[in-house]
Amino acid sequence: MSTHSISKGCFVFKPPSKKRRVRQETASNSTERKNDSEDTELRFASCQSLWAQIKLETEKIQENLNKQLLDNLVSFLRRSHSEFQEKTTEWSCQMKSREIPTAALVLGVNVTDHDMTFKSLSEVLQDDITPYVALLEAKDCPGIKNLMQKLMGQLMNCCIDIDEDSFEDDSHVQVSQNKIRCSMTSLINWYKSVMKKTDSETTRKKRNSSSRHWQSPPVVVIFKDMESFTTKVLQDFIVISSHHIHELPLALIFGIATSPMIIHSLLPHSVSSLLCIELFQSLSCKEHLSTIIDKLLLTAWCPFKLGEKVLKVLINIFLYHDFSVQNFIKGFQLCIVEHFYSQPLSVLCCELVDAKKRVNTLSHNQCENIRRLPSFRRYVESQVSENQIALLTSDSFLKEVTQKLLEDLQLYHENYVSVLRCLHVFTSSLPKYPLGKQIRELHCACLENQVWETEEYESSLQLARMLNKSDLVTMLQQCVEIFVSSSGKEFDKTVEKLKEFLTQFQELEAEAFEEDVSVSSEKELQKKTDLYHLQKTLLELKESRRSKKLTKFEMLRFEVVDYIDSLVRNYLVPADHKTLYEVVYFNTASVLRGHLNAAPRTALHTALNNPYCYLKNQALKSDGGSISNKAPDICIAYKLHLECGRLINLVDWLEVSSSLASRKLTTWQG
Amino acid sequence: MSQPEGKVSGALEVKFVPDEAVLSHIADDAGIKVRKDKAQLAVSVKRFAKKLENISDDEAQEILAEENYVAALGTCAQDPVGNGSGVSGGEVYSFQTPKCSSKMAELASELAQTPGQSVAADHFKCPEKTAKTPQSSKRSGSNKVQQRSKKKEFLSTTPYRLRKRLAAPDSCLESESEYSASCSEEDDEEDQKEVSTVLSGQKTPAKATAAATSPPRNALAKKIKEEKMSSLVEEYFEAHSSSKVLTSNRTLQKLQTRRLNQKTLHDLLKKAPLAYAAEMKKLSQQHESLFSKWMLQLHLGFNIILYGLGSKRDLLEKFRTSVLQDSAHLVVNGYFPSITVRSILNSITEEVLDHIGSFRSPLGQLEFIHKRFKEDASLELYVLIHNLDSQMLRGERSQQILAQLSSLPGVYLIASIDHINAPLMWDQAKLRLYNWLWYETTTFNPYVEETSYENSLLGQQSGSLALSSLTHVLRSLTLNARGIFRLLARYQLENKDNTSYPGLSFQDFYQQCREAFLVNSDLTLRAQLTEFRDHKLIRTKRGADGVEYLFIPVDDSTLTDFLEKEDEDV
Repeated sequence: MSTHSISKGCFVFKPPSKKRRVRQETASNSTERKNDSEDTELRFASCQSLWAQIKLETEKIQENLNKQLLDNLVSFLRRSHSEFQEKTTEWSCQMKSREIPTAALVLGVNVTDHDMTFKSLSEVLQDDITPYVALLEAKDCPGIKNLMQKLMGQLMNCCIDIDEDSFEDDSHVQVSQNKIRCSMTSLINWYKSVMKKTDSETTRKKRNSSSRHWQSPPVVVIFKDMESFTTKVLQDFIVISSHHIHELPLALIFGIATSPMIIHSLLPHSVSSLLCIELFQSLSCKEHLSTIIDKLLLTAWCPFKLGEKVLKVLINIFLYHDFSVQNFIKGFQLCIVEHFYSQPLSVLCCELVDAKKRVNTLSHNQCENIRRLPSFRRYVESQVSENQIALLTSDSFLKEVTQKLLEDLQLYHENYVSVLRCLHVFTSSLPKYPLGKQIRELHCACLENQVWETEEYESSLQLARMLNKSDLVTMLQQCVEIFVSSSGKEFDKTVEKLKEFLTQFQELEAEAFEEDVSVSSEKELQKKTDLYHLQKTLLELKESRRSKKLTKFEMLRFEVVDYIDSLVRNYLVPADHKTLYEVVYFNTASVLRGHLNAAPRTALHTALNNPYCYLKNQALKSDGGSISNKAPDICIAYKLHLECGRLINLVDWLEVSSSLASRKLTTWQG
Repeated sequence: MSQPEGKVSGALEVKFVPDEAVLSHIADDAGIKVRKDKAQLAVSVKRFAKKLENISDDEAQEILAEENYVAALGTCAQDPVGNGSGVSGGEVYSFQTPKCSSKMAELASELAQTPGQSVAADHFKCPEKTAKTPQSSKRSGSNKVQQRSKKKEFLSTTPYRLRKRLAAPDSCLESESEYSASCSEEDDEEDQKEVSTVLSGQKTPAKATAAATSPPRNALAKKIKEEKMSSLVEEYFEAHSSSKVLTSNRTLQKLQTRRLNQKTLHDLLKKAPLAYAAEMKKLSQQHESLFSKWMLQLHLGFNIILYGLGSKRDLLEKFRTSVLQDSAHLVVNGYFPSITVRSILNSITEEVLDHIGSFRSPLGQLEFIHKRFKEDASLELYVLIHNLDSQMLRGERSQQILAQLSSLPGVYLIASIDHINAPLMWDQAKLRLYNWLWYETTTFNPYVEETSYENSLLGQQSGSLALSSLTHVLRSLTLNARGIFRLLARYQLENKDNTSYPGLSFQDFYQQCREAFLVNSDLTLRAQLTEFRDHKLIRTKRGADGVEYLFIPVDDSTLTDFLEKEDEDV
């Protein structure tokens, strides 16, 4: 069974036996076969279930984010052809203007995410407005003819799909699209016949399936990527359909990646005046990402966590390469897979209740794995000696401790999120954002190392000490809300304390009045002075300010900031200081980077210039730059190729190669 | 050199720049764009050293900027894996640095000049020796000489050869070194026949040309020396306006020895030992340990793409034989010269899905496949594509279809790419469909299978094949027809030195055939010609005056062979 042939390029191999296995089974088998360490099956199962859960969650988030947009679009489409329903006179005069209702949908540059949006859009439309929705893409429509073909194909197919289950005898609608001449007239004829049918249908028997649709539902045409359509095609289509708008209630939706101005640059005024455009803006991809991070990473429910480097890589790929939330989620999926594949202890990465059960059933090997974890070793060293011995020798004791540690870890996560959000409330309103504007930046900073030791944290505390009262009060209120809504139980005291601060601020307000009066009177005294006196008083003022003792407000402000600081020091310890963090954190960023953001060019370059990187042979070790005689032939050939310009004389080239090669041969022999 | 200085200063550096430096800088910039040697010509010898300084300084800055950018991209978040991904972009994308080129020339010339004795003497146990010499001591001294000799070469018509770049101004000295170089080659030749049999014939013509052209060159050089003082600007434009090709005019065709035929070449190559076999084996073992991971990831909806230097065919084959034995799979040789997307789709529908019937368009076919896979959830197919970036598959439409195919839930794609710009084939939409996971699999294996459809330049180019087909076809023809063809072939050979030979015009041909009693009318000749044309033995083209010219599209040597053989037969 060779795959080499001079007459054929494709080779199909089928398994000899016809037995077919379920996909999942092969997958788990394949992991099992190789990986000799423990609990592969369980790990695979928990990986699958976790991913399914996350996928569901992200889809839900997406749905919620798009809800507003879709609602707006639906109501627009309802409005657009309401005239069509209320028969004759009013709309006939309306339609003289021949304007096609058009929705310009600005979606942003993350083109890969658009598919999802369009899919849910067409689903919603088919449910609520009309069964006649056509999705067009530029690459299918190089000419107006192809566009019409595609359009009619989609419309009639959907129509047939609907009709099939209701009745069979009517055959003249089901003529295949190839036989119909694709023109607007035939489209109108088709629409009329369909309408007639549904009319008679509805009079005969109630149809509950399409009862939500209107009497004569509009035909919605979606142009997925408006920018890539040729101008000619778009213009022609719009002009033609505007002639028939009174017979065919058409509505267009343009998907736009750049800016709404593109409509006017693509279409001349004579054409764009035929459209009645309304603009819709989808949520920006950055907000989308923040929501995902907020709901996925900064929650306690998801047992799997991303390490700082990994998160940075994912965010960088998003910001610098594609702005695609889908790709971000793909990266997240890859992290999960990698984690469960490479870390045998990831079997404990699940809900706490399950994890505790699983701890009890751990094998001896797995216990050894736990003992080998660096974080666990650190923990052991901090214990008293008899505990140390017990931890290292007794499996059952180890399991007990592990359960407790996992509990701690869970608790840490719960508290971490609340305090992080609280800190973010403070830092996100400071000038220049020393700790970042987004919560993800703050999250990265906290994961990286002890945040209170960084300069940025220091400067943001300084800035926080200069906040005015109203800001401070609103922030405190927000913090209280965060703590109240959080699931952590330890925060009752914190909430109380914060509330106390709030009441103190309110008390201050009353006193503030009196102080204001005194200050103003002081100022009045200084009114009439000459230059010398002014200077003197200013100096005095400065002196006094330096030595002035703090007002009550300032004292209180310091107290608040110090309290927040203490919270941060308590709860925002970086994860890698926690014992057993390896179980739930995935932190091998290089793997992720290699798989998602590979650099084939660099790989080729390194292989050709510095083969030692791959072929670990001492003879190849060189200081770089020069050509080693001992390098593989391909490397020498490459360097000589660089030496020549655009044109290579093969004779000369080969001669140099041979002189190098002969040298090489002698060295080999010698 | 001021390289460390540039690196330390980091942010901004203000310094006095003389006019000359600026000029030389400009000249250098343009040179990198067009052709380095030209730019170097434009710069006067005196300023060469200065320019070098300038360049290295710029480079340091550039690399620094590059590093900042890369850091922003998150290279900093990398673990020390040591697979070379830490290389900065500046290194990868700058192709010809002046430093590198002169070093190369020196190395090559040194290799050529050091006679065989020295090779015998110390066996060159330390490769560092060659690397070290050019950089430090020689540079400042030899630059001037080097520069001048380059100029000579440019203006004269002497072949541009690497090893002569460093040639001393004295012609007698040069020819001496030249002689010793070829001597050393001859010595080596005896040691190892394998390599030098290919090249053995080259030296004689090489020597001859060198001898013939050296005296005028010397005279020219003197003239140039005087002109050199003329303004820089003139030289700049002179250098840039000239479109003369700088390679020598010696060709493989002119070599005296026959080139090897395909088979002997193949056999010779097969006999050559594979260097670093142990290390390469270790590399491929590393890659093979990933097989189970690949399976897992394929099943989770990712597709896998392999890149890196060396043929990845063996690796994929191993993957196929070791893991995929029990499941349906399709192997596609992308390097196969006439592979098409349609043939891939056909083999899926016909052989995997057992569907009889044809499809009007690939899109329809894809739809059908999609439907079948959707209906039957247990259906699964592994697709292995060697060289997804091959000539035939790299088109936009084929990539689109393959991407759509790969996004089907039951289809698992694992492919390899080799072209340096292969990732440019895909836009975001296609990448989304492909859902790649990248794996670096550098193997250093030779691309034997992949290039087997190409003709090697070292071997005789398909000559034997053409010859056999010629005789084969002609044998089936009548005697007269053979005579007609011979006539044309002779005529073509007589005119082989005439480069503007358009072919034999039909009227002349008819006349000659008539005289040789081969045809009796215009029509019979045309009938014969049609026969030839159907077998692609002759080709016609219309000249400017509308006359039809006939010629045989076979190279001269084959034609000579053919005539000799024919004469023997007759």
